[in-house]
Amino acid sequence: MHSEAVVRKPLVTGGKTVHDVTEDICKRVEEKPVKSWMAAMAVSLALLGFGAYAVFTLVWEGIGSWGLNKTVGWAWDITNFVWWVGIGHAGTLISAILLLFRQRWRMSINRAAEAMTIFAVICALQFPLLHMGRPWIGAIWALPLPNTYGSLWVNFNSPLLWDVFAISTYFSVSLVFWYIGLVPDFATIRDRATGISKAVYGALSLGWTGGAKDWSRYETVALVLAGLATPLVLSVHTIVSFDFATSVIPGWHTTIFPPYFVAGAIFSGFAMVLTLLLVTRRVFNLEDYITMEHMSVMNIIIMVTGSIVGIAYITELFIAWYSGVEGEQYAFYNRALGPYAWAYWSMMTCNVISPQLFWFKRIRTNIAATFIISIIVNIGMWFERFVIIVTSLHRDFLPSSWAMFYPTWVDVGVYIFTFGLFFTLFFLFAKFFPVINMAEVKSIVKTTGEKTDK
Amino acid sequence: MGINHKMENTKKQYWKGLEELTKNPEYEKYADKEFPEYLPVGEEAEGGTGASRRDFLKLMGFGVAAASLAACETPVRKAIPYLNKPADVDPGVPNYYASTYVNGSEYCSVVVKTREGRPIKIDGNKLSSVSGGGTSSQAQASVLSLYDKERLTAPELGGKKVSWEDLDKEVIKQLSSAKKVALVSNSVYSPSTLKSIEGLQNKYPSLVHVQYDQVSASGILSANESSFGIKALPSYDFSKADTIVSFDADFLGSWINPTLFSKQFAQTRKLSNGKKSMSRLYSFESNLSLTGANADYRTAIKASEQGVFVANLYNAIASKVGMSKVSAPKIADSAILMKAAADLLKTKGRSLVVSGSNNENVQVLVNGINSMLASYGATINLNSAVYTKKGDDKEMINFIKGLNAGSYDGVIFYNANPVYDHAQGAQIATGLKKAKFSISTSDRKDETAALATVIAPDNHYLESWNDFEPVAGKFSFSQPTISPLFDTRQAQESFLAWAGDTASYFDMLKSSWSASLTGDIQAGWDKLLQDGVVEKTIETTEITFVGDVSSAAQKVSTPASGLELVIYENYSVGTGIQANNPWLQEMPDPITKSVWDNYITVAPKMAEELGLVLGDMETQLVSLTVGNQTIKAPALVQPGQAAGTIGLALGYGRTNGGKVANKVGVNAYPFIDNTKGFQNKSVTSGVKLELSGEKYRVAQTQTHETYMGRENVVQESILSKYKKDESAGRYHPMISTYSGAKKPGTISLWKGHEYPNHHWGMTIDLNSCTGCGACTVSCQAENNVPVVGKEEVLNRREMTWLRIDRYYSSDAPEGDLTAMEIAAENPEVTFQPMMCQQCNNAPCETVCPVAATNHSSEGLNQMAYNRCIGTRYCANNCPYKVRRFNWFKYHDNDQFADNTSMNNDLGKMVLNPDVTVRARGVMEKCSFCVQRIQAGKLNAKQEGRRPVDGEITSACASACPSEALVFGDLKDPNSKISQMLKIKEVENEKGKKDLEVTEPRAYHMLEELRVDPNVWYFTKIRNKEENEA
Repeated sequence: MHSEAVVRKPLVTGGKTVHDVTEDICKRVEEKPVKSWMAAMAVSLALLGFGAYAVFTLVWEGIGSWGLNKTVGWAWDITNFVWWVGIGHAGTLISAILLLFRQRWRMSINRAAEAMTIFAVICALQFPLLHMGRPWIGAIWALPLPNTYGSLWVNFNSPLLWDVFAISTYFSVSLVFWYIGLVPDFATIRDRATGISKAVYGALSLGWTGGAKDWSRYETVALVLAGLATPLVLSVHTIVSFDFATSVIPGWHTTIFPPYFVAGAIFSGFAMVLTLLLVTRRVFNLEDYITMEHMSVMNIIIMVTGSIVGIAYITELFIAWYSGVEGEQYAFYNRALGPYAWAYWSMMTCNVISPQLFWFKRIRTNIAATFIISIIVNIGMWFERFVIIVTSLHRDFLPSSWAMFYPTWVDVGVYIFTFGLFFTLFFLFAKFFPVINMAEVKSIVKTTGEKTDK
Repeated sequence: MGINHKMENTKKQYWKGLEELTKNPEYEKYADKEFPEYLPVGEEAEGGTGASRRDFLKLMGFGVAAASLAACETPVRKAIPYLNKPADVDPGVPNYYASTYVNGSEYCSVVVKTREGRPIKIDGNKLSSVSGGGTSSQAQASVLSLYDKERLTAPELGGKKVSWEDLDKEVIKQLSSAKKVALVSNSVYSPSTLKSIEGLQNKYPSLVHVQYDQVSASGILSANESSFGIKALPSYDFSKADTIVSFDADFLGSWINPTLFSKQFAQTRKLSNGKKSMSRLYSFESNLSLTGANADYRTAIKASEQGVFVANLYNAIASKVGMSKVSAPKIADSAILMKAAADLLKTKGRSLVVSGSNNENVQVLVNGINSMLASYGATINLNSAVYTKKGDDKEMINFIKGLNAGSYDGVIFYNANPVYDHAQGAQIATGLKKAKFSISTSDRKDETAALATVIAPDNHYLESWNDFEPVAGKFSFSQPTISPLFDTRQAQESFLAWAGDTASYFDMLKSSWSASLTGDIQAGWDKLLQDGVVEKTIETTEITFVGDVSSAAQKVSTPASGLELVIYENYSVGTGIQANNPWLQEMPDPITKSVWDNYITVAPKMAEELGLVLGDMETQLVSLTVGNQTIKAPALVQPGQAAGTIGLALGYGRTNGGKVANKVGVNAYPFIDNTKGFQNKSVTSGVKLELSGEKYRVAQTQTHETYMGRENVVQESILSKYKKDESAGRYHPMISTYSGAKKPGTISLWKGHEYPNHHWGMTIDLNSCTGCGACTVSCQAENNVPVVGKEEVLNRREMTWLRIDRYYSSDAPEGDLTAMEIAAENPEVTFQPMMCQQCNNAPCETVCPVAATNHSSEGLNQMAYNRCIGTRYCANNCPYKVRRFNWFKYHDNDQFADNTSMNNDLGKMVLNPDVTVRARGVMEKCSFCVQRIQAGKLNAKQEGRRPVDGEITSACASACPSEALVFGDLKDPNSKISQMLKIKEVENEKGKKDLEVTEPRAYHMLEELRVDPNVWYFTKIRNKEENEA
């Protein structure tokens, strides 16, 4: 017997037809830039320019222009790195895992989410590069390349090296996955364009004809890449967490880190996707594609992952007490009651308490509340990394070396640089690339669009 | 008619070669080409293939690359080769010369290491019984003072550079016409220098020699005169003392001869299986000094109470030995003083009481106590007089009066700077205007030289010949280790020249010493210079105490009620003569751990009463008023500071010391109270302290004061427990496993390392380390460690490879982690030298992505600076936090001008050529002085033998006056370190041979981490009673 769920809510609202989809999405690419876009772009470029000056200062003067010291060797740099990498995770999760699970609601948000992944990873990559004392050689020597130094090889024991592999793999797979998805849409734009645009989009669409063979291969590649990307969702942040978990520093040396980091990454990633999409749908009038249903589903994911993170925090405290290890106990005592207690409690409030509000449907489906909480979560997740890195380092084994960390304007500037970079790339993407996967959304207009139901 | 330059056409033919003559076809073919030989370029073109475009590109490419490479050529560095190699200088091979470091009353017999003719390192002379083979931080740093760019480069007359001939003419003219001249100096204890001054006095009979000391001992001198009829500073032997009571005499830090006293004191503190006894030290003082920090019982008293405490101690002992008591007011809490009296009596003949007071009456009472305790001839030797502090305070005060009265026509300041470092410096400055001329031999235009009409700059001691008699009958020598860098002249030569003597000072020195030599004079002289020291027997006389204790007791001051200022000499800058030495400015004060400043130390309670608001290294300026003088200085909260007292260090506030010294801190000399006719460093009346409200930051290398009860860091116990159990105070962490609790050493993920040849290690005895910090400066000099300046220390980025952690005890109950952060009011102090622990299972090595830090086959954790990319992961993962990152480029960078050893051509001469100057962006850390290890091994190899124990040692261990640090080969069963650790070879679970340390006191810091360091600490044992520990 065949039955169909009739109560399922439409994924695309506003009575859109297949042609409407093409019009709505392509219009953004084809029209002259709107004023709000110009303004946003100007702000992004301003941030990027200021940030670039900070980066220049850093590279010209030395790492000393940051606030780091003999005790705290990493602070904002690695905090920002982990934060950006974490943000990237939502994109991969949405496009790969939800694809494998045939979650069709992902179709209208996966393009933007994947773009966010790519840009976030690009931003994240700035920090491993810039935090090096000698990036000009470090960028090369950290790779296992043949060299003329005899048998000089990289140290495969070092989690930093694992990071190099994890992040570079993640970046390449995500980039290819995203680009493959863009090809049919580029072809659509190409077919509507004239002049230089036609040539550019023609080149980008790699000779897509829209034939059955093309589609068949497209589907296959998407599935294969989804399969490849899925373990990356888990592996990347697991390996990032090894930077800390394999060390001897109390507060770092923790076996709970891999799952805790992955949950945190998805948590912050979804929050970031929400922040961006809420703005994009408003600016580009895409309310019919990115609906309240999307918000609600993503808010539930935030609530679940936020709870996992909360449990991890509490487990850490319990294990510190249960271990009976003095240094471990002090590390957590110090987090909660030491000079950085404000950071710890900011983290707790933002990450553990705020997502619990999504139990209420009224909050979950409220755009303003969602927007605010998504930002709070990202602030909280930044503090989480700051707490892990700085409060563990600043008071470790020998009290003689205990010290505080104070950021300088260059610390802030380099972080702003990555914001400038991220938003510049994102706005360029929003203007020149189709922000919604037209080809995929068209496949659900028929079955779940409002018009067909009537 | 001009000359026709044109060659006449003779139609003569010249052949280019035989080929042309014989019309060789091969030659003909290329004859008209620019390059007749074979060129591959045109070949294909000729073949008609038209490939010359590629050749063109190739050549263009090469040309551009070559041109740009040529343009990038590194600038030519200055290098001057030897045309004729000096016989005793081999490039790369150091030479060592015995010499003597003298700076004011500070004396140290040293061995100077020179490389390619440059002195680069000072080590102690092990043959000296006066400095005991150790060094002080000041002596260690003195080599950098040689290369001080701000030394005067030529003699000056009226502010203009002149030749020495002109200067001599002028000086002789002035001296001849002068009615009365004074030669002002610090204590002069060089026999030959005194002879040269005598020569000057013979020529100019009106010349008087006035000696003063920045920190004088005139109280002891006059007390000994009245007590024994001998005006002399005696030799003290702390090694023979079982009970020591010190009244504000900081003999481990600054009093008379701390280098030797540290060694002697440490001998009484060393414990082993065969020696389970140690001395007991009582300290009564106002400021927390190194001596107080090392005391078993420390009582914080006000400076004005000292006399009463001494008198009470006198009475307590007198009543037991049946002598008459003196009148002394009762003191409120005398329990510890009475305990001290009992201990002193118990160890009669092996006791020693010392006082830092300059009050003659206090010293007479101290003499009386020592006399009752039979210390004379045992722990005090008056016959073996110490000459390093001869200064008579009254003489100097009279000179200043005379100068202001206009009774001196001229003054010669022989390496003395009293305008800065005398309490009445301002009066000297005004008085000098009344003198017709003044001559300074200072090495720089210091505060006094700036006012002098003539400056005849003296050589640095490393450029000079000299002899010294710091202690009666014990002589030492200085010899030049480098030609004078500038147009300076040794002051003694100047004296000789002014006296009209044509002989050189060297001739005078050599001839006077040759007279005392027998046999082969040259060989004897060479031996003197090679050893650097020689001792002669001295006559001994019986001494009897005839001091009038009862009148002395009446004259000692009574306790005052107001605030008291206690001025002290700190351990880095000292009296301030070497204040322009950045190594000393950046050496953390052993107690306060602060650098680049002096400050007013206030007790925590007083800070609270004042309403002092403190932040992280942030404090406030306070204004200190004594009489009519007011200064503003930062307040620093100091646990252990006696209530009602404040402390202030000498040596800062230079105005003409040089770029490094100037504007650092405030000058405390003007506060010294000379009104009673002696130099009194304790101002007991009229002291006012007010908050100014201005914020100020004092840079400290350590801001957390307690060790938070962490037994894996500091392991300590008391003597009575140690006697019962040698492992008293040890903390034995156990690791829980499924098969029960196990020692950390027995379980490991590590495979371990094979050490086929050597296995270097170090032991650090917390019991004999006094915390003086000489090792840190030695390390800085040996390893080219940069100075970063105050701002960067405030940023917590000092570069020192070796630091001394100083922990205070806390009164808080165990477990109250917030309260445990606060030090006790009068804390017990622990010093813990901390450098790279050279872990066998090093956590830094595993995390480096490029393997820049790796393990040597001799147990060293080594750094390949060239490979380092600067991720700082290793520093984060170092549990001891000993890794240092090059945050900036510290060399050749105007922003770090204070780092003089790397930022000017002259300063760079001090750099050790065996150690790389690290680039920006790389990590560095203690290398166990790998360059010394390699040099030692190479030496032994050349001689076809194994290195001998003691031959290879680290810079820190060799500098340590108290021999608290021992470096050696763990695989050599006869080495001192193996003996100390009682190393046994055992077979481990995996069947491999392992070394097991069986000395019960030895421990690994953070043992439970199983990083397995090669540095062992020996527990700190205090000689306290059980119920008090």
